[in-house]
Amino acid sequence: MTAMTDPPNEGFRLSQLIYDTRYRSMTIQAVAFMLIMAGIIWLANNTVQNLSALGKDFDFGFLWSRAGYDINQRLIEYSNDSTHGRAAMVGIANTLLVAVLGCVLATVLGVIAGVLRLSKNWVVARLMTFYVEGFRNIPLLLWIIVIFAVMTESTPQPRDFREGGTASMILNDTVAITNRGIFIPNPVWGEGSGALIAIFLASLVGIWAFRRYARKLQEQTGQILPVLWVSLGLFFAPVILAYFILGRPVTLIYPELGGFNFTGGIQVRNSLIALWIALSLYTGAFIAEVVRAGILSVSRGQTEAAFALGIQPSRTMNLVILPQALRVIIPPLISQYLNLTKNSSLALAVGYMDVRSTLGGITINQTGRELEGMLLLGVFYLITSLIISSAMNLYNNSVKLKER
Amino acid sequence: MSEIHAQTVSYVRETMLPEQEPPVTERGAIKWVRENLFSSWLNGLLTLISLYFVYWVLSHTLGWMVYGIWDASSLSECRAIRDELYGEGANVACWAVIADRWHQLLFGFYPAEAYWRPVLALILFGGALAPILFDGLPRKMLMLSIAAPFVCYWLLWGGTIWGPAAVALGFVIGGMIYAYSQSIIGVLGATIAAVLVPILYWLFLAGPIAGALGNTLPIGINAIGSAEFGGFLLALVIGASGIILSMPLGVVLALGRQSDLFIINKFSVLFIEVIRGVPLIVWLFTASLLLNYFLPPGSNFDLMLRVIIMVTLFSSAYIAEVVRGGLAALPRGQYEGADSLGLNYWQSMQLIILPQALKISIPGIVSSFIGLFKDTTLVVFVGLSDPIGFSNLIRATTDWNGIYWELFIFIGLCFFMFCFAMSRYSQYLERKLRTDHR
Repeated sequence: MTAMTDPPNEGFRLSQLIYDTRYRSMTIQAVAFMLIMAGIIWLANNTVQNLSALGKDFDFGFLWSRAGYDINQRLIEYSNDSTHGRAAMVGIANTLLVAVLGCVLATVLGVIAGVLRLSKNWVVARLMTFYVEGFRNIPLLLWIIVIFAVMTESTPQPRDFREGGTASMILNDTVAITNRGIFIPNPVWGEGSGALIAIFLASLVGIWAFRRYARKLQEQTGQILPVLWVSLGLFFAPVILAYFILGRPVTLIYPELGGFNFTGGIQVRNSLIALWIALSLYTGAFIAEVVRAGILSVSRGQTEAAFALGIQPSRTMNLVILPQALRVIIPPLISQYLNLTKNSSLALAVGYMDVRSTLGGITINQTGRELEGMLLLGVFYLITSLIISSAMNLYNNSVKLKER
Repeated sequence: MSEIHAQTVSYVRETMLPEQEPPVTERGAIKWVRENLFSSWLNGLLTLISLYFVYWVLSHTLGWMVYGIWDASSLSECRAIRDELYGEGANVACWAVIADRWHQLLFGFYPAEAYWRPVLALILFGGALAPILFDGLPRKMLMLSIAAPFVCYWLLWGGTIWGPAAVALGFVIGGMIYAYSQSIIGVLGATIAAVLVPILYWLFLAGPIAGALGNTLPIGINAIGSAEFGGFLLALVIGASGIILSMPLGVVLALGRQSDLFIINKFSVLFIEVIRGVPLIVWLFTASLLLNYFLPPGSNFDLMLRVIIMVTLFSSAYIAEVVRGGLAALPRGQYEGADSLGLNYWQSMQLIILPQALKISIPGIVSSFIGLFKDTTLVVFVGLSDPIGFSNLIRATTDWNGIYWELFIFIGLCFFMFCFAMSRYSQYLERKLRTDHR
């Protein structure tokens, strides 16, 4: 019976750094750190040398100098006397515009296509399969170019809208679809329109509060309120009433044909529309697959159990299937939104002035500041991606299965 | 009693009635149509709308496609033939542009007398891929897979055979060192030597050796520069090299991101997130505009190579995320089981974890490969002529100015074939590797 003794303490030997698992991970990390740092220093050193050889410095001052180029599609005030920084802002606004529009339309298309692809209706299901496979297997760039070509080739020229021309405006002479873009009425915000907007926002809050109340009532008593109709009523009625009571504060200026082009309305350029539709159709095909996988992931027993409990088919979808499917749908949906936002940089193909075309295109060409411009562009996209993914992750946490 | 009995008996049937046909609405095509197309008024409406849509599309395109003109040398000639055949201004396709320029869409400016080289390379590549994709084929074919990258490179770019051979020799040297020096300097020493010696060899010895051999024994074919590459040849070369190179890099990054080692973990996360947060097109512009800043002064290399490097890095970040999903989906017990068997990190990864994790991630990996292949069209923005770039070039000539749809349809169909084949293969692989019993 020998007592257990500690192994003899021989002191630290250098070979322990490699063969002793207690120290080995430290060695590996130290070596990796040194290698990576050496790489970064090497790159930075090269950059400094190259910059000095070219006689350039690293300076963001160009953002405050005059841009001198025009941007045809803009959401915020801009002229060619504005600064490069302002031009970048216009580009950012344009990128976000097409990204938001695209995400909304892509979600609508994707949900419809995903649900219809599961339909028992043979023709509809085949048609949706055709749509999904077609858009998933052909490059987005090709789709953007094709849709842009359709828009410019098959729409009438403004001069066709003249008396006796072949084309006419639609929706009671308010909207003109031409090969230079779509002309829509321009709203003029008159006296009292602030109050109108306030009422609109208040009715949105009202809808939210009512839905909350209805949900609570249902959970407590089982009584179901007509949520949809009340919401619709709250959405339209107060605003329309206030519009007439306040004496029509918002008026519309309709586009009119003057000379060779339409004037007065807002011109939505073909580049924006083509990009928007192409991005939405393309991402919609991916979202359709996500939605389909989500619905299929809810086992058939759930539906049957809901029917056994006597829940109506329409409510089964809302109360049983969707809440469970959403847990599967949301994470890949986030990455589809991110993809759409990043893919909006393909605006280049149709000449839509997004941030890559202003800051990352014309500004870089004019000032020769590739390094600074690309850096800012990268940082913008990184921040946007982080914001979208964190916002959607918050939402994901709220629909996630609460495990106890 | 007996009377009653006799009466009853006379009503008892002694033979079975023959089975009746189901009613007309419950059998055959009518039942199918009723259940699948018109089960409710909403469904019926959807069916009618879809049928009308299909009819509308086909009525506008079918005639245009079928009556298309194949034999002409320019758009105006095409129109003249059309006016002669179908009357003034008839709406028919002019496929002649494909017949006239297909070789440019497929090969770019690659010299016509050397078309056999990319074709042979493609066949070789397919042969090399076959034993990896389908395990029913003889294992000896894997030798072809190892040799194929070097032979394909030599076939495509040409030059003397000694350049690729000298590079391949580096791998042989590394493998020999790893295999035979383990008993002398231990596993760790052998691994380090097997990495370091080939790198030193490539940096300092490979060039002179290839040069000297090329001078004494000039075996080779015409060298063809990267500038001549274009069309689907370019897309395939970029896509295939990106796919092959990004796979191992992506797995390493995924392991780094799952690693307990703090520094390695953080660097992997940083790399993956930065790459994924920025669009590929920005990275391609970085490659074409900025790479010269980051490299030693005076160094300059091929734009195509830069694009391949960027596409590889970009795709590896996406693959890393897919593989990480697979690693995270494995039950904890698999890791613990591997540990309890006494396997070290690399053994457990190689034998237990990665085979299962990669199997789970197959659909994701293949869809990022498809994404990569489709993204090769973006190289048109940095001045390489991919199929879409070539369609612009063809339209810029006086012969074919104003032709759109025929080119788009051809390019779209080619991409569709490749991508659809890849997605079908991934479904086949999923079925084959499924080990659970359903």
